[in-house]
Amino acid sequence: MLRLITNRVERWLTAIGRLGVLLADLGRGLKDVDVWPGLTVVQMRRIGVDSLPIAVFIAAFTGIVLALQASYTFKGAVPLYFVGTAVGKSIMLELGPVLTGLALAGRIGANIAAELGTMRVTEQVDALETLAYDPMSYLVVPRVLASTVMFPVVVAVAVAVGIVAGLVAAVNLLDLSSVEFIHGLQLFYRFKDVWFGLLKSTSFGFAIALIGCSCGLGVRQGAEEVGRATTRAVVLSAQIILVLDAFWALLLL
Amino acid sequence: MIVFREVHKAFGPKRVLEGFSLEIPDGQTTVIVGYSGAGKSVALKLIVGLLEPDHGAVEVDGQVVHLMEREALTALRSRIGFVFQFAALFDSMTVAENLAVGLRRHGIGETEIAERSAEALAMVGLSGSEGRYPGELSGGMRKRVGIARAVVLRPRYILYDEPTTGLDPVTAAVMNQLMVRARETYGVTGVVVTHDMHGAYTVGDRIAMLYRGQVRQVGSVEAIRGSHDPVVRQFVEGRPEGALDAERAEGGV
Repeated sequence: MLRLITNRVERWLTAIGRLGVLLADLGRGLKDVDVWPGLTVVQMRRIGVDSLPIAVFIAAFTGIVLALQASYTFKGAVPLYFVGTAVGKSIMLELGPVLTGLALAGRIGANIAAELGTMRVTEQVDALETLAYDPMSYLVVPRVLASTVMFPVVVAVAVAVGIVAGLVAAVNLLDLSSVEFIHGLQLFYRFKDVWFGLLKSTSFGFAIALIGCSCGLGVRQGAEEVGRATTRAVVLSAQIILVLDAFWALLLL
Repeated sequence: MIVFREVHKAFGPKRVLEGFSLEIPDGQTTVIVGYSGAGKSVALKLIVGLLEPDHGAVEVDGQVVHLMEREALTALRSRIGFVFQFAALFDSMTVAENLAVGLRRHGIGETEIAERSAEALAMVGLSGSEGRYPGELSGGMRKRVGIARAVVLRPRYILYDEPTTGLDPVTAAVMNQLMVRARETYGVTGVVVTHDMHGAYTVGDRIAMLYRGQVRQVGSVEAIRGSHDPVVRQFVEGRPEGALDAERAEGGV
Protein backbone atom coordinates (compact mmCIF):
# COMPACT_ATOMS: atom_id res chain seq x y z
CA MET A 1 0.00 0.00 0.00
CA LEU A 2 2.79 2.35 1.04
CA ARG A 3 4.67 1.38 -2.11
CA LEU A 4 1.60 2.16 -4.23
CA ILE A 5 1.24 5.59 -2.65
CA THR A 6 4.98 6.27 -3.04
CA ASN A 7 4.82 5.28 -6.71
CA ARG A 8 1.79 7.49 -7.32
CA VAL A 9 3.43 10.47 -5.61
CA GLU A 10 6.65 9.87 -7.54
CA ARG A 11 4.75 9.74 -10.85
CA TRP A 12 2.90 12.94 -9.99
CA LEU A 13 6.10 14.73 -9.03
CA THR A 14 7.83 13.51 -12.19
CA ALA A 15 4.92 14.71 -14.34
CA ILE A 16 4.86 18.10 -12.61
CA GLY A 17 8.66 18.42 -12.88
CA ARG A 18 8.51 17.65 -16.61
CA LEU A 19 5.72 20.20 -17.02
CA GLY A 20 7.88 22.80 -15.30
CA VAL A 21 10.81 22.13 -17.63
CA LEU A 22 8.51 22.30 -20.66
CA LEU A 23 7.06 25.58 -19.43
CA ALA A 24 10.56 27.04 -19.12
CA ASP A 25 11.45 25.80 -22.62
CA LEU A 26 8.31 27.39 -24.10
CA GLY A 27 10.00 30.77 -23.88
CA ARG A 28 12.87 29.49 -26.00
CA GLY A 29 10.46 28.17 -28.60
CA LEU A 30 8.52 31.44 -28.72
CA LYS A 31 11.65 33.30 -29.83
CA ASP A 32 11.77 31.21 -33.02
CA VAL A 33 9.19 33.35 -34.82
CA ASP A 34 10.13 32.00 -38.27
CA VAL A 35 8.68 28.64 -37.36
CA TRP A 36 5.58 28.66 -35.16
CA PRO A 37 3.10 31.22 -36.58
CA GLY A 38 2.08 29.23 -39.68
CA LEU A 39 1.95 25.97 -37.74
CA THR A 40 -0.19 27.63 -35.05
CA VAL A 41 -2.87 28.51 -37.61
CA VAL A 42 -3.01 24.85 -38.70
CA GLN A 43 -3.36 23.75 -35.07
CA MET A 44 -6.06 26.38 -34.41
CA ARG A 45 -8.18 24.66 -37.02
CA ARG A 46 -7.44 21.16 -35.71
CA ILE A 47 -7.87 22.04 -32.04
CA GLY A 48 -10.55 24.72 -32.30
CA VAL A 49 -12.72 24.31 -35.36
CA ASP A 50 -12.63 20.51 -35.37
CA SER A 51 -13.67 20.45 -31.69
CA LEU A 52 -16.83 22.47 -32.25
CA PRO A 53 -19.17 19.57 -33.11
CA ILE A 54 -18.50 17.66 -29.86
CA ALA A 55 -18.61 20.87 -27.79
CA VAL A 56 -21.93 21.93 -29.37
CA PHE A 57 -23.40 18.45 -28.90
CA ILE A 58 -22.52 18.40 -25.19
CA ALA A 59 -23.70 21.97 -24.62
CA ALA A 60 -27.04 21.45 -26.36
CA PHE A 61 -27.97 18.43 -24.27
CA THR A 62 -26.68 20.07 -21.09
CA GLY A 63 -28.89 23.11 -21.76
CA ILE A 64 -31.98 20.94 -22.32
CA VAL A 65 -31.40 18.80 -19.22
CA LEU A 66 -30.66 21.87 -17.07
CA ALA A 67 -33.92 23.50 -18.11
CA LEU A 68 -35.89 20.35 -17.34
CA GLN A 69 -34.18 19.75 -13.99
CA ALA A 70 -34.54 23.39 -12.92
CA SER A 71 -38.24 23.30 -13.77
CA TYR A 72 -38.64 20.05 -11.80
CA THR A 73 -36.90 21.61 -8.80
CA PHE A 74 -38.64 25.02 -8.89
CA LYS A 75 -42.18 23.95 -9.72
CA GLY A 76 -44.64 25.09 -7.04
CA ALA A 77 -41.97 26.87 -4.97
CA VAL A 78 -40.09 29.33 -7.20
CA PRO A 79 -41.38 31.28 -10.24
CA LEU A 80 -40.55 29.31 -13.37
CA TYR A 81 -38.72 32.18 -15.08
CA PHE A 82 -35.87 31.33 -12.70
CA VAL A 83 -35.26 28.41 -15.05
CA GLY A 84 -33.62 30.99 -17.35
CA THR A 85 -31.45 32.17 -14.45
CA ALA A 86 -30.40 28.63 -13.53
CA VAL A 87 -29.59 27.67 -17.10
CA GLY A 88 -27.65 30.88 -17.85
CA LYS A 89 -25.65 31.00 -14.64
CA SER A 90 -24.82 27.29 -14.61
CA ILE A 91 -23.73 27.17 -18.20
CA MET A 92 -21.76 30.42 -18.24
CA LEU A 93 -19.99 29.95 -14.93
CA GLU A 94 -19.46 26.23 -14.66
CA LEU A 95 -20.90 23.68 -17.00
CA GLY A 96 -19.93 25.36 -20.28
CA PRO A 97 -16.23 25.68 -19.48
CA VAL A 98 -15.82 22.55 -17.34
CA LEU A 99 -17.84 20.04 -19.39
CA THR A 100 -16.27 21.33 -22.61
CA GLY A 101 -12.87 21.23 -20.91
CA LEU A 102 -13.30 17.64 -19.77
CA ALA A 103 -14.55 16.54 -23.18
CA LEU A 104 -11.70 18.30 -24.97
CA ALA A 105 -9.17 16.96 -22.47
CA GLY A 106 -10.04 13.60 -23.99
CA ARG A 107 -10.08 14.79 -27.55
CA ILE A 108 -7.20 17.28 -27.64
CA GLY A 109 -5.02 16.00 -24.80
CA ALA A 110 -5.14 12.43 -26.05
CA ASN A 111 -4.60 13.51 -29.64
CA ILE A 112 -1.53 15.60 -28.82
CA ALA A 113 0.01 12.97 -26.53
CA ALA A 114 -0.54 10.14 -29.03
CA GLU A 115 0.74 12.18 -31.98
CA LEU A 116 3.90 13.43 -30.26
CA GLY A 117 4.49 10.07 -28.57
CA THR A 118 4.33 8.30 -31.92
CA MET A 119 6.62 10.92 -33.44
CA ARG A 120 9.04 10.29 -30.58
CA VAL A 121 9.16 6.49 -30.96
CA THR A 122 9.44 6.66 -34.76
CA GLU A 123 12.35 9.13 -34.39
CA GLN A 124 10.44 11.91 -36.16
CA VAL A 125 11.23 14.26 -33.27
CA ASP A 126 14.94 13.41 -33.64
CA ALA A 127 14.60 13.93 -37.40
CA LEU A 128 13.19 17.41 -36.76
CA GLU A 129 16.19 18.22 -34.59
CA THR A 130 18.65 16.98 -37.18
CA LEU A 131 16.90 19.25 -39.70
CA ALA A 132 17.80 22.13 -37.37
CA TYR A 133 14.31 22.62 -35.92
CA ASP A 134 13.66 23.02 -32.24
CA PRO A 135 10.77 20.68 -31.27
CA MET A 136 9.66 23.42 -28.88
CA SER A 137 8.96 25.91 -31.66
CA TYR A 138 7.80 23.32 -34.21
CA LEU A 139 5.62 21.08 -32.06
CA VAL A 140 4.92 22.52 -28.62
CA VAL A 141 4.43 26.28 -29.12
CA PRO A 142 1.88 25.93 -31.98
CA ARG A 143 -0.22 23.43 -30.01
CA VAL A 144 -0.12 25.33 -26.73
CA LEU A 145 -0.86 28.70 -28.36
CA ALA A 146 -3.64 27.32 -30.55
CA SER A 147 -5.28 25.56 -27.65
CA THR A 148 -5.02 28.62 -25.38
CA VAL A 149 -6.53 30.91 -28.02
CA MET A 150 -9.20 28.56 -29.38
CA PHE A 151 -10.46 27.08 -26.12
CA PRO A 152 -12.40 30.22 -25.03
CA VAL A 153 -13.81 30.50 -28.56
CA VAL A 154 -15.11 26.93 -28.43
CA VAL A 155 -16.46 27.47 -24.92
CA ALA A 156 -18.18 30.74 -25.98
CA VAL A 157 -19.96 28.87 -28.78
CA ALA A 158 -20.83 26.04 -26.39
CA VAL A 159 -22.29 28.48 -23.83
CA ALA A 160 -24.40 30.20 -26.49
CA VAL A 161 -25.68 26.86 -27.82
CA GLY A 162 -26.39 25.59 -24.30
CA ILE A 163 -28.47 28.63 -23.42
CA VAL A 164 -30.38 28.54 -26.70
CA ALA A 165 -31.03 24.81 -26.24
CA GLY A 166 -32.31 25.55 -22.71
CA LEU A 167 -34.58 28.26 -24.12
CA VAL A 168 -35.94 25.95 -26.82
CA ALA A 169 -36.56 23.19 -24.26
CA ALA A 170 -38.27 25.63 -21.88
CA VAL A 171 -40.54 26.99 -24.57
CA ASN A 172 -41.43 23.65 -26.11
CA LEU A 173 -41.43 21.27 -23.16
CA LEU A 174 -42.26 23.51 -20.19
CA ASP A 175 -45.01 25.98 -19.48
CA LEU A 176 -42.68 28.92 -20.09
CA SER A 177 -42.49 31.63 -22.77
CA SER A 178 -39.29 32.84 -24.36
CA VAL A 179 -39.86 36.30 -22.79
CA GLU A 180 -40.03 34.73 -19.32
CA PHE A 181 -36.94 32.63 -19.95
CA ILE A 182 -34.96 35.67 -21.12
CA HIS A 183 -36.24 37.71 -18.18
CA GLY A 184 -34.89 35.01 -15.86
CA LEU A 185 -31.65 34.90 -17.80
CA GLN A 186 -31.14 38.66 -17.35
CA LEU A 187 -32.21 38.73 -13.73
CA PHE A 188 -28.87 38.16 -12.01
CA TYR A 189 -26.69 38.47 -15.10
CA ARG A 190 -23.33 40.15 -14.63
CA PHE A 191 -20.64 40.67 -17.25
CA LYS A 192 -18.28 38.84 -14.92
CA ASP A 193 -20.26 35.64 -15.63
CA VAL A 194 -18.98 35.79 -19.20
CA TRP A 195 -15.36 36.74 -18.67
CA PHE A 196 -14.94 34.46 -15.68
CA GLY A 197 -15.99 31.44 -17.77
CA LEU A 198 -13.78 32.47 -20.67
CA LEU A 199 -10.77 33.14 -18.44
CA LYS A 200 -11.17 29.71 -16.90
CA SER A 201 -11.42 28.08 -20.28
CA THR A 202 -8.27 29.87 -21.47
CA SER A 203 -6.36 28.32 -18.58
CA PHE A 204 -7.90 24.92 -19.35
CA GLY A 205 -6.77 25.16 -22.99
CA PHE A 206 -3.24 26.07 -21.97
CA ALA A 207 -3.03 23.25 -19.42
CA ILE A 208 -4.50 20.53 -21.66
CA ALA A 209 -2.09 21.26 -24.52
CA LEU A 210 0.92 21.58 -22.24
CA ILE A 211 0.11 18.28 -20.50
CA GLY A 212 -0.48 16.55 -23.86
CA CYS A 213 2.88 17.77 -25.16
CA SER A 214 4.68 16.83 -21.97
CA CYS A 215 3.23 13.31 -21.88
CA GLY A 216 3.82 12.78 -25.62
CA LEU A 217 7.40 14.00 -25.69
CA GLY A 218 8.14 12.05 -22.51
CA VAL A 219 7.61 8.75 -24.36
CA ARG A 220 10.84 6.86 -24.90
CA GLN A 221 9.95 3.61 -26.61
CA GLY A 222 7.16 1.43 -27.85
CA ALA A 223 3.46 1.52 -28.63
CA GLU A 224 2.59 0.47 -25.09
CA GLU A 225 4.26 3.57 -23.69
CA VAL A 226 2.40 5.75 -26.22
CA GLY A 227 -0.85 4.24 -24.93
CA ARG A 228 0.13 4.90 -21.33
CA ALA A 229 1.17 8.48 -22.15
CA THR A 230 -2.17 9.09 -23.84
CA THR A 231 -4.12 7.81 -20.83
CA ARG A 232 -1.91 9.83 -18.50
CA ALA A 233 -2.52 12.98 -20.53
CA VAL A 234 -6.31 12.58 -20.31
CA VAL A 235 -6.36 11.74 -16.60
CA LEU A 236 -3.90 14.48 -15.65
CA SER A 237 -5.72 17.05 -17.80
CA ALA A 238 -9.07 16.19 -16.20
CA GLN A 239 -7.56 16.51 -12.73
CA ILE A 240 -5.87 19.82 -13.54
CA ILE A 241 -9.11 21.21 -14.99
CA LEU A 242 -10.94 20.52 -11.74
CA VAL A 243 -8.09 21.98 -9.67
CA LEU A 244 -7.98 25.10 -11.86
CA ASP A 245 -11.77 25.36 -11.65
CA ALA A 246 -11.58 25.45 -7.86
CA PHE A 247 -8.60 27.82 -7.96
CA TRP A 248 -10.38 30.43 -10.12
CA ALA A 249 -13.56 30.15 -8.03
CA LEU A 250 -11.60 30.78 -4.84
CA LEU A 251 -9.65 33.64 -6.42
CA LEU A 252 -12.33 35.52 -8.32
CA LEU A 253 -15.80 34.70 -6.96
CA MET B 1 36.59 15.99 -39.46
CA ILE B 2 34.65 14.17 -36.76
CA VAL B 3 36.56 13.02 -33.69
CA PHE B 4 35.38 10.92 -30.75
CA ARG B 5 37.64 11.48 -27.75
CA GLU B 6 37.39 8.93 -24.92
CA VAL B 7 33.59 9.00 -25.03
CA HIS B 8 31.64 7.30 -22.25
CA LYS B 9 27.89 6.92 -22.37
CA ALA B 10 25.60 4.87 -20.13
CA PHE B 11 21.84 4.45 -19.92
CA GLY B 12 21.14 3.65 -16.29
CA PRO B 13 23.26 0.67 -15.32
CA LYS B 14 23.96 -0.25 -18.97
CA ARG B 15 27.30 1.15 -20.05
CA VAL B 16 27.26 1.50 -23.84
CA LEU B 17 30.41 3.43 -24.72
CA GLU B 18 33.44 3.13 -22.48
CA GLY B 19 36.31 5.23 -23.75
CA PHE B 20 35.28 5.20 -27.41
CA SER B 21 37.84 7.07 -29.55
CA LEU B 22 37.74 7.34 -33.33
CA GLU B 23 38.72 9.83 -36.02
CA ILE B 24 36.54 10.11 -39.11
CA PRO B 25 38.54 11.72 -41.91
CA ASP B 26 36.94 14.06 -44.45
CA GLY B 27 35.89 12.87 -47.88
CA GLN B 28 35.74 9.20 -46.95
CA THR B 29 33.05 6.81 -45.77
CA THR B 30 33.79 5.27 -42.41
CA VAL B 31 31.71 2.26 -41.43
CA ILE B 32 31.18 1.42 -37.77
CA VAL B 33 30.29 -2.24 -37.32
CA GLY B 34 29.43 -4.19 -34.21
CA TYR B 35 26.75 -6.23 -32.52
CA SER B 36 23.20 -5.03 -31.97
CA GLY B 37 23.18 -2.93 -28.83
CA ALA B 38 26.92 -2.25 -29.04
CA GLY B 39 26.32 1.53 -29.12
CA LYS B 40 26.74 2.24 -32.83
CA SER B 41 23.55 4.31 -33.15
CA VAL B 42 24.40 6.08 -29.90
CA ALA B 43 27.70 7.14 -31.47
CA LEU B 44 25.83 8.66 -34.44
CA LYS B 45 23.40 10.53 -32.20
CA LEU B 46 26.31 11.98 -30.23
CA ILE B 47 27.64 13.54 -33.45
CA VAL B 48 24.48 15.62 -34.00
CA GLY B 49 23.91 16.39 -30.33
CA LEU B 50 20.78 14.25 -29.95
CA LEU B 51 22.60 12.67 -27.01
CA GLU B 52 25.34 14.02 -24.75
CA PRO B 53 28.34 12.01 -23.58
CA ASP B 54 28.72 11.32 -19.86
CA HIS B 55 32.48 11.83 -20.21
CA GLY B 56 34.75 12.68 -23.11
CA ALA B 57 33.77 14.70 -26.16
CA VAL B 58 32.71 14.50 -29.76
CA GLU B 59 34.22 17.17 -32.00
CA VAL B 60 32.91 18.15 -35.41
CA ASP B 61 35.08 20.58 -37.39
CA GLY B 62 36.99 21.37 -34.20
CA GLN B 63 33.90 22.24 -32.15
CA VAL B 64 32.84 20.20 -29.12
CA VAL B 65 29.23 19.27 -29.84
CA HIS B 66 27.84 19.00 -26.32
CA LEU B 67 29.25 22.43 -25.35
CA MET B 68 27.60 24.26 -28.25
CA GLU B 69 24.90 26.89 -27.75
CA ARG B 70 21.57 26.20 -29.45
CA GLU B 71 22.34 28.52 -32.40
CA ALA B 72 25.74 26.93 -33.03
CA LEU B 73 24.20 23.48 -32.82
CA THR B 74 21.55 24.49 -35.35
CA ALA B 75 24.32 25.70 -37.68
CA LEU B 76 26.21 22.44 -37.19
CA ARG B 77 23.11 20.37 -37.94
CA SER B 78 22.63 22.24 -41.19
CA ARG B 79 25.95 20.68 -42.31
CA ILE B 80 24.93 17.15 -41.37
CA GLY B 81 22.37 14.89 -43.03
CA PHE B 82 20.99 12.04 -40.95
CA VAL B 83 19.44 8.91 -42.47
CA PHE B 84 17.46 7.12 -39.76
CA GLN B 85 17.13 3.35 -39.40
CA PHE B 86 13.41 3.41 -40.21
CA ALA B 87 13.67 6.60 -42.30
CA ALA B 88 11.73 8.72 -39.72
CA LEU B 89 9.80 10.46 -42.48
CA PHE B 90 7.09 12.85 -41.30
CA ASP B 91 3.99 10.80 -41.97
CA SER B 92 1.66 13.80 -42.14
CA MET B 93 3.69 15.23 -45.05
CA THR B 94 4.11 14.18 -48.66
CA VAL B 95 7.51 13.12 -49.97
CA ALA B 96 8.00 16.60 -51.46
CA GLU B 97 7.17 18.26 -48.13
CA ASN B 98 9.53 15.90 -46.31
CA LEU B 99 12.35 17.04 -48.58
CA ALA B 100 11.36 20.70 -48.40
CA VAL B 101 11.04 21.01 -44.63
CA GLY B 102 14.80 21.12 -43.99
CA LEU B 103 15.46 23.47 -46.92
CA ARG B 104 12.78 25.94 -45.79
CA ARG B 105 14.51 26.12 -42.42
CA HIS B 106 17.56 27.52 -44.20
CA GLY B 107 15.55 30.13 -46.11
CA ILE B 108 15.88 28.51 -49.52
CA GLY B 109 13.34 29.70 -52.10
CA GLU B 110 10.53 27.51 -53.39
CA THR B 111 11.94 27.32 -56.96
CA GLU B 112 15.28 26.04 -55.73
CA ILE B 113 13.53 23.67 -53.31
CA ALA B 114 11.60 22.14 -56.23
CA GLU B 115 14.78 21.82 -58.33
CA ARG B 116 16.86 20.28 -55.55
CA SER B 117 14.05 17.92 -54.52
CA ALA B 118 13.60 16.69 -58.09
CA GLU B 119 17.37 16.11 -58.37
CA ALA B 120 17.56 14.24 -55.05
CA LEU B 121 14.55 12.06 -55.89
CA ALA B 122 16.05 11.30 -59.31
CA MET B 123 19.28 10.26 -57.60
CA VAL B 124 17.44 7.72 -55.43
CA GLY B 125 15.28 6.58 -58.35
CA LEU B 126 12.00 7.96 -57.04
CA SER B 127 11.18 10.69 -59.54
CA GLY B 128 7.45 11.34 -59.65
CA SER B 129 6.89 10.32 -56.01
CA GLU B 130 6.63 13.89 -54.78
CA GLY B 131 2.92 13.74 -53.99
CA ARG B 132 2.92 10.39 -52.20
CA TYR B 133 2.72 9.98 -48.43
CA PRO B 134 5.19 7.78 -46.48
CA GLY B 135 2.37 5.36 -45.66
CA GLU B 136 2.00 4.64 -49.37
CA LEU B 137 5.68 3.65 -49.77
CA SER B 138 7.46 0.35 -49.14
CA GLY B 139 10.20 0.11 -46.50
CA GLY B 140 12.94 0.35 -49.14
CA MET B 141 11.33 3.35 -50.79
CA ARG B 142 10.99 5.10 -47.44
CA LYS B 143 14.70 4.57 -46.79
CA ARG B 144 15.51 5.97 -50.23
CA VAL B 145 13.40 9.04 -49.47
CA GLY B 146 15.36 9.25 -46.20
CA ILE B 147 18.60 9.43 -48.21
CA ALA B 148 17.04 12.01 -50.55
CA ARG B 149 16.00 14.12 -47.54
CA ALA B 150 19.60 14.04 -46.31
CA VAL B 151 21.36 14.78 -49.63
CA VAL B 152 18.91 17.54 -50.64
CA LEU B 153 20.47 19.69 -47.92
CA ARG B 154 23.89 19.34 -49.65
CA PRO B 155 25.48 18.52 -46.31
CA ARG B 156 29.14 18.10 -45.56
CA TYR B 157 28.50 14.90 -43.62
CA ILE B 158 25.87 12.19 -43.95
CA LEU B 159 25.24 9.78 -41.09
CA TYR B 160 23.51 6.50 -41.97
CA ASP B 161 21.93 4.50 -39.15
CA GLU B 162 21.54 0.84 -40.16
CA PRO B 163 20.59 1.74 -43.75
CA THR B 164 20.10 -1.84 -44.97
CA THR B 165 18.51 -3.44 -41.91
CA GLY B 166 15.24 -5.18 -42.73
CA LEU B 167 15.67 -4.94 -46.49
CA ASP B 168 15.79 -7.78 -49.00
CA PRO B 169 19.27 -8.36 -50.56
CA VAL B 170 18.45 -6.58 -53.80
CA THR B 171 17.03 -3.48 -52.09
CA ALA B 172 19.99 -3.55 -49.69
CA ALA B 173 22.35 -3.54 -52.68
CA VAL B 174 20.45 -0.57 -54.12
CA MET B 175 20.86 1.27 -50.82
CA ASN B 176 24.61 0.55 -50.81
CA GLN B 177 24.83 1.83 -54.37
CA LEU B 178 23.01 5.03 -53.35
CA MET B 179 25.43 5.64 -50.50
CA VAL B 180 28.38 5.29 -52.87
CA ARG B 181 26.63 7.58 -55.37
CA ALA B 182 25.94 10.20 -52.68
CA ARG B 183 29.65 10.31 -51.85
CA GLU B 184 30.73 10.45 -55.49
CA THR B 185 28.10 13.02 -56.52
CA TYR B 186 28.27 15.37 -53.56
CA GLY B 187 31.68 14.53 -52.08
CA VAL B 188 30.24 14.09 -48.62
CA THR B 189 31.94 12.46 -45.68
CA GLY B 190 29.90 9.44 -44.65
CA VAL B 191 29.52 7.59 -41.39
CA VAL B 192 27.63 4.33 -41.74
CA VAL B 193 26.52 2.24 -38.82
CA THR B 194 25.70 -1.36 -39.72
CA HIS B 195 26.21 -5.02 -38.92
CA ASP B 196 25.95 -5.99 -42.58
CA MET B 197 29.56 -6.79 -43.52
CA HIS B 198 28.82 -7.12 -47.22
CA GLY B 199 27.43 -3.56 -47.19
CA ALA B 200 30.39 -2.38 -45.11
CA TYR B 201 32.86 -3.71 -47.70
CA THR B 202 30.86 -2.09 -50.53
CA VAL B 203 30.45 1.43 -49.17
CA GLY B 204 33.33 1.78 -46.73
CA ASP B 205 36.76 3.30 -47.19
CA ARG B 206 37.53 2.48 -43.57
CA ILE B 207 35.87 0.13 -41.13
CA ALA B 208 35.90 0.39 -37.35
CA MET B 209 34.65 -2.41 -35.17
CA LEU B 210 32.96 -1.31 -31.96
CA TYR B 211 33.20 -3.87 -29.22
CA ARG B 212 32.58 -3.53 -25.48
CA GLY B 213 32.21 0.22 -25.81
CA GLN B 214 35.55 0.74 -27.55
CA VAL B 215 37.07 0.45 -31.00
CA ARG B 216 38.45 -3.06 -31.26
CA GLN B 217 40.09 -2.46 -34.63
CA VAL B 218 39.99 0.26 -37.27
CA GLY B 219 41.47 0.14 -40.73
CA SER B 220 40.93 -0.19 -44.44
CA VAL B 221 38.50 -2.72 -45.84
CA GLU B 222 41.44 -5.00 -46.66
CA ALA B 223 42.88 -4.68 -43.17
CA ILE B 224 39.57 -5.70 -41.59
CA ARG B 225 39.04 -8.52 -44.08
CA GLY B 226 42.48 -9.89 -43.25
CA SER B 227 42.35 -9.14 -39.52
CA HIS B 228 44.09 -11.61 -37.21
CA ASP B 229 42.09 -10.45 -34.17
CA PRO B 230 39.92 -13.48 -33.31
CA VAL B 231 36.96 -11.30 -32.22
CA VAL B 232 37.01 -9.27 -35.45
CA ARG B 233 37.51 -12.40 -37.53
CA GLN B 234 34.55 -14.16 -35.99
CA PHE B 235 32.33 -11.09 -36.52
CA VAL B 236 33.28 -10.45 -40.15
CA GLU B 237 33.00 -14.13 -41.01
CA GLY B 238 29.68 -14.40 -39.15
CA ARG B 239 30.68 -17.62 -37.39
CA PRO B 240 28.40 -18.65 -34.52
CA GLU B 241 31.29 -20.05 -32.46
CA GLY B 242 34.68 -18.61 -31.70
CA ALA B 243 36.52 -16.12 -29.53
CA LEU B 244 33.34 -14.13 -28.85
CA ASP B 245 31.74 -17.07 -27.07
CA ALA B 246 34.46 -17.12 -24.47
CA GLU B 247 34.15 -13.37 -23.95
CA ARG B 248 30.36 -13.59 -23.80
CA ALA B 249 30.64 -16.26 -21.15
CA GLU B 250 32.66 -13.77 -19.13
CA GLY B 251 29.78 -11.31 -19.45
CA GLY B 252 31.26 -9.34 -22.28
CA VAL B 253 28.58 -9.09 -24.94
